[in-house]
Amino acid sequence: MWRWLHPYAKNQATYELCRKLLPWFNILGLGTLLVGTIWGLAFAPADYQQSEAFRIIYVHVPSAVLSKSLYSAMAIAAFIGLVWQVKTSFLAMIALAPIGAMVTFVSLVTGAAWGKPMWGTWWEWDARLTSQLILLFLFLGVISLYKSFEDKQQAGKAAGVMAVVGVINLPIIHYSVEWWNTLHQGATILKLAKPSMPMEMLTPLLLSILGWGLVCGAIFLARLQNEILHRDLKRPWVVQLASSQDRT
Amino acid sequence: MHFESMNAFWSMDGYGLYVWLSFAASGLSIGLLWFDSIATKTSLLKQALVEQARQARIAAAKGDTLTEREI
Repeated sequence: MWRWLHPYAKNQATYELCRKLLPWFNILGLGTLLVGTIWGLAFAPADYQQSEAFRIIYVHVPSAVLSKSLYSAMAIAAFIGLVWQVKTSFLAMIALAPIGAMVTFVSLVTGAAWGKPMWGTWWEWDARLTSQLILLFLFLGVISLYKSFEDKQQAGKAAGVMAVVGVINLPIIHYSVEWWNTLHQGATILKLAKPSMPMEMLTPLLLSILGWGLVCGAIFLARLQNEILHRDLKRPWVVQLASSQDRT
Repeated sequence: MHFESMNAFWSMDGYGLYVWLSFAASGLSIGLLWFDSIATKTSLLKQALVEQARQARIAAAKGDTLTEREI
């Protein structure tokens, strides 16, 4: 009997955990994001070369950094699901995919808006930009593959394999600026030497990255809850939860 | 504050279009996904109640036919 009961109890416990964590992520995330963004937009000094246009960094870098970390997180979730058959893992994977797609999209749009005044073009088929575009397609591929299966266990496996195989793109994105001649500049923060940026510019950037991370965490928790609800829609605990929400 | 006037802030030294385009696209994307997540949760919880009501009706209907047959 416990074997039968266990998986459902686990889903409910995960849902509860998300519910407890969600307000913290929402408040801290929104707070840090606002402070980082306003600081970067209005208080950080202008760049000596790019003047005010460099402020795009406060949305471009956080979204680009997160696009890679979210992909890693999604691939790890997929790997755990494939190897250890943890069902919640696939739910986490598919909860992460749209968030990853969103930040990758933002990194491409903000990159284009930065490229136009600085490089004179919105888009160039160079290594960094193209590999980042492939990352967006990988996220979209995982989402559509998952959606195309009626049986969600099958869907998790198929999309999971795609997510794991796509990891090959991550080092390509990271080292693209070193391996090939690209328009894109090299790393500024994530390198072994000291970051090549003054503190007045770096602090709001780090705050923005943290804020983006926390907000994406909040969205992830909400989406994981949704996936669990969707999976357990007919279970008594969900019906009970729905009717208690309905009354308030 | 780094800027001397509100106008200077909006114009961003002539790069206003690009800077504000970036920040608007970011805010809009995060906002939309966040809103979608909340809206999906509300609709899923409603769906759970509808589904439960449907199951209850089916059970009730089955119960009725049983009693009719018994008669």
